[in-house]
Amino acid sequence: MQTQTQSQLGGPAIEISKLNKWYGTFHVLRDVDLTVSRGERIVIAGPSGSGKSTLIRCINRLEEHQAGRIVVDGTELTNDLKNIDKVRSEVGMVFQHFNLFPHLTILENCTLAPIWVRKIPKRQAEETAMHFLTKVKIPDQAHKYPGQLSGGQQQRVAIARSLCMKPRIMLFDEPTSALDPEMIKEVLDTMIELAEEGMTMLCVTHEMGFAQAVAHRVIFMDQGQIVEQNTPREFFNNPQSERTKLFLSQILGH
Amino acid sequence: MSDTHAQTVSFVRDSMLPPEPPPAAQAGAIRWLRENLFSGPLNILLTLVGFGVLWLVASTIWPWLSHSVWNAGSMAECRKIIAATWGPDASGACLALIKNRWNQFVFGFYPSALYWRPVLAFGMLFLALAPVLFSESRSASRRVMALAVVLTFVIAQILGAPGMALVLMALAMLAWVALIELRPGWALLASCLYPFVAVWLLWGGSLWSPAMALAGFVIGYLVWRALSRLGMLAFALAVLAAAVWWLLLSGWVAQALAAALPLRLQPVSSDQFGGFVLSITIGVSGIAMSLPLGVILALARRSDLPVVKMFAVMFIEFIRGVPLITLLFVASLLLNYFLPPGTNFDIILRVIIMVTLFASAYMAEVIRGGLAALPKGQYEAADALGLDYWKAQRLIILPQALKISIPGIVSTFIGMFKDTTLVVFVGLFDPLKAMADTIRASFEWKGAYWEPYIFVGSIFFILCFGMSRYSMYLERRLKRDHR
Repeated sequence: MQTQTQSQLGGPAIEISKLNKWYGTFHVLRDVDLTVSRGERIVIAGPSGSGKSTLIRCINRLEEHQAGRIVVDGTELTNDLKNIDKVRSEVGMVFQHFNLFPHLTILENCTLAPIWVRKIPKRQAEETAMHFLTKVKIPDQAHKYPGQLSGGQQQRVAIARSLCMKPRIMLFDEPTSALDPEMIKEVLDTMIELAEEGMTMLCVTHEMGFAQAVAHRVIFMDQGQIVEQNTPREFFNNPQSERTKLFLSQILGH
Repeated sequence: MSDTHAQTVSFVRDSMLPPEPPPAAQAGAIRWLRENLFSGPLNILLTLVGFGVLWLVASTIWPWLSHSVWNAGSMAECRKIIAATWGPDASGACLALIKNRWNQFVFGFYPSALYWRPVLAFGMLFLALAPVLFSESRSASRRVMALAVVLTFVIAQILGAPGMALVLMALAMLAWVALIELRPGWALLASCLYPFVAVWLLWGGSLWSPAMALAGFVIGYLVWRALSRLGMLAFALAVLAAAVWWLLLSGWVAQALAAALPLRLQPVSSDQFGGFVLSITIGVSGIAMSLPLGVILALARRSDLPVVKMFAVMFIEFIRGVPLITLLFVASLLLNYFLPPGTNFDIILRVIIMVTLFASAYMAEVIRGGLAALPKGQYEAADALGLDYWKAQRLIILPQALKISIPGIVSTFIGMFKDTTLVVFVGLFDPLKAMADTIRASFEWKGAYWEPYIFVGSIFFILCFGMSRYSMYLERRLKRDHR
């Protein structure tokens, strides 16, 4: 995996320049510049409160930015609702707390957006959903409700639900942070499989093993800024900034 | 494992214990009594006091109820029978009043030859509601429909509906049931038509008046569909088209159609309404309209658009801050000053509008509670999948928020239904006060005090208890977290 280089990747999928965001007077994102190529897999790490979740939530406009530009797949995110909906239907997102719809079955969770947003016939949407549920290895749970599944299963359903929209970019916001250790692996395996198929992925995570296995680039953020970015090998073996060294010693030290 | 741990001997389990069934429940009446009623001195004392109070209440009420007289022509005759049977000092319930005058409690001054019309409207209500209320269970829906059809037919027969009406009634209801069974999609449309049919049955007159009112909605919908590319403008134009139709055109068209094809029922005016027919008419319309209005107000109050939000807050706070009776007085007196002279704006319609507005303000707050209880993640997940605001609300947010709010919503319904008795203050004949007073004012039933209240109270209880049980059924049905 690590042998893959930037040169194999396509044109830009996401271009972020001079991104600034405030919560009230609190400056969460400060002059963030980031370009993600098609097929590129990026892991964003950093201490809590460093703005990494906020950054990827800006990419599908769950958070509004106040200054700077975000262009996703050629569409700039502005207040134009049409652009926002267009970007959102091309960008899948997986949340820390799964956010499955508890009143719908697993299958309905997966078919809802394709039917209502993409206007795909119900039968076809169900076929697609079963395809992706098989891929995340839970086709037999399709007619249960989310409340009947374990955390790991729910997160895999959430991944399948996003994939049903056939997104070009996937955002993962700490997908394994709410899971028991035994379930983390099943979710990571699913994500690794997805990575091997060439999906463009931005992943906020503390799973450094995952970063080493699949990422093209690791980005380290602190206080709303990108402090360091590098290939995983360089990042873990030869960190440059003091802040990165401290962070790595704390999360890898035990 | 640290060295200070007490158990340092290493241990590896080589065989797993098989699961065993839990111990059998230690049930039994005596055990239950001892645990729940006589577990300690204080508990024993409370139990005895409780039984004492129960005894006191029962021993006061029971003689009165058991000394009841069902066959008498007047209060005086009733008292004579009680004195003759149970001694001169005995007091008893004169339920003969109810036997003689039950029809006034139920129908008010509705012409007795036409009693079958409200009965049919009430029976059809269940056909209209069954596909909506029991969408989760085919069998429950079937039971309700069968009961509604049979009871409506039997009661209409007993109340002396003419043969022709009975035949048509049976045909209409059976056709409707067949529609619900065979074409569930169309059945919902039939449910939407129900209000217009009910209005026609209750008030009578030409069929074309409610049909033209319905046509206004259809015209509005068609305009909206045709122009839907224009967004909010299309909606405004649709409302405008419907308004033009209702205010300017529908009257002429209705007259022309009535002349061509006079489909008429004998008209019944609003001041002949009374009793439970009035209460249920106002209550059901209020319930049916206050829920959607409440949903819209709740969404408006949580809206990001400042003007919409401010309007919703002002409306809700104003309506909640004013007693219902004030609104009813506005409906009955003040509106007459403001409307152009000669406008005939039906009093029951005015009261329904006021009761609906009143209930919708409470409904909005109940539903807002449900909306606030949903985790933010649900909104974010809907957004992240690209659902627009209305789709997200309809498919994700409202189904969950309304489910959370069921107890509050049904409480509001029950409260509103009981509040319909307040229409007595604007001169309508509610069953509890106005009807009871009317009957008491007659020579025969002067002095009957408790009987009307007990009768009306028990009917209210049955209806409200029914709603409450339904809400519990619905909550059980919609339970999705099997934990």
